[in-house]
Amino acid sequence: MLTMNRRRFLGTSAAAGAALVGGLGRLPTAEAASAASQLTPGVPSGIASYVTMGTLPGKKPLIQLSDRPPNYEAPLEYFRTAITPNNEFFVRYHLAGIPEDIKAETYRLKVGGEGANGPIELTLDDIKKLPAIEVTAVNQCSGNRRGLSTPHVAGVEWGYGAMGCARWKGARLKDILAKAGIKKETIEISFNGAEGPVVEKTPDFIKSLPTWKAMDENTIVAYEMNGAPLPYFNGFPARLIVPGWTGTYWMKHLVEVNALTKPQGGFWMKPAYRIPVGEFPVVARFLTQEDATSTPITEIVVNSLITSHRDGAKVKRGKVTVSGLAWDGGYGIRTVDVSTDGGKTWVSAKLGQDHGRFAFRPWSFELNAKHGKNTVMVNATNRIGQTQTAKLLFNGAGYHNNVMQSITLVA
Amino acid sequence: MRKLVIVSVAVLMAGAALADEQVINLKKAPGVDKVEGNCGACHSLAYIPMNSPYLKPAQWSAEVDKMIKVMGAPIDAADAQAIKDYLAKNYGG
Repeated sequence: MLTMNRRRFLGTSAAAGAALVGGLGRLPTAEAASAASQLTPGVPSGIASYVTMGTLPGKKPLIQLSDRPPNYEAPLEYFRTAITPNNEFFVRYHLAGIPEDIKAETYRLKVGGEGANGPIELTLDDIKKLPAIEVTAVNQCSGNRRGLSTPHVAGVEWGYGAMGCARWKGARLKDILAKAGIKKETIEISFNGAEGPVVEKTPDFIKSLPTWKAMDENTIVAYEMNGAPLPYFNGFPARLIVPGWTGTYWMKHLVEVNALTKPQGGFWMKPAYRIPVGEFPVVARFLTQEDATSTPITEIVVNSLITSHRDGAKVKRGKVTVSGLAWDGGYGIRTVDVSTDGGKTWVSAKLGQDHGRFAFRPWSFELNAKHGKNTVMVNATNRIGQTQTAKLLFNGAGYHNNVMQSITLVA
Repeated sequence: MRKLVIVSVAVLMAGAALADEQVINLKKAPGVDKVEGNCGACHSLAYIPMNSPYLKPAQWSAEVDKMIKVMGAPIDAADAQAIKDYLAKNYGG
């Protein structure tokens, strides 16, 4: 049980976030357009009946799917760079009990559990004194593109924009765990953030990782994002970074880490955040949580997005540069292939700067646009040969939608 | 305790108008007051139009049951039925 004062953040105006991030930056083009026009084609039509662009403290306008808890999606034009700026990064919470303010000076991270030698408490400075590493990684919500599922499934109906890629700096989780001392009986490490429920009976948002992933050299407790303190709504002052795995494990406002000798048994591990066993070609498995039919979602499946144009955009005849991003669960992108004939023939796109195997990989393709309709279809392949799917692999929670995108450009 | 929690939420919601609060105008129909009073105590009413119009009556019913049984929403049986009927009729597929 947390002792922190949990309150909704919305009454607090700009106090917390704006001061930390410092200014709202340039006037975004999104502000001029209506939010409905920013929605990904195919999301449930009910969203357009209410949606507006919302501006959280320290953020540029984002598509405000819900304010309580805050679920804000990034519009397409925020994905034209491989690194997503802090003020353009999407926001996702499960529970509406969010502390109105967390001060870096009074922040404490508790590390304990029955698999630890003894509970310890670390200040932010303690964490910063540990060796710092920086890793560039995509944070993608497990439910990104849920809104495109056919048939539709219940949940937060994200389009393309529940993701971002940043340079995260922090201490390795294994160094933090070593300070507490971890017993060999430990099978999972669990995480709790300052986010909490509105009514007491609602299960608190607690997640766990298998010990091997928690001890991975790239799994860190980050206090910086793109060279600045974390934005409040992206987990200030410290959050977990689990490169390659979906955002559900990236606990924001991390306040508690426990070494477990039994599988974490909370709602948010089971039945939530599960995929059918064997449906997806994932390498990394979370075996202590797996049962006969379902297994926790783990690594991000290989995927890509055209970000230079929206479906149906008008272009000039002749040479048009179509560009976008590709990413996967940390194997790295090998190729991005483009088809202009509905998938019969493919040519390789030009890959842009490599920011590391966990990052967005930019790509571009020169289309020779002809009069009328031109289709552009994209398929990314990672370094272990995984590709996107032609058809949706349906699952009840709407996860892992990596169907090859196809758009029409009209010249 | 339950009463206390709900009261504190109501107070906090009053303060929310200062910032970026979402305005959700649900369809005016029988039961809308039960939806606003119960569902809106813990989360934005945006979840309703967001998940429409495709959810079938049985799916809306399952969502309401989940909120009560799994999420611990303190909703009595009569209100729960009114909420299910409202959602199926006004936001169902």
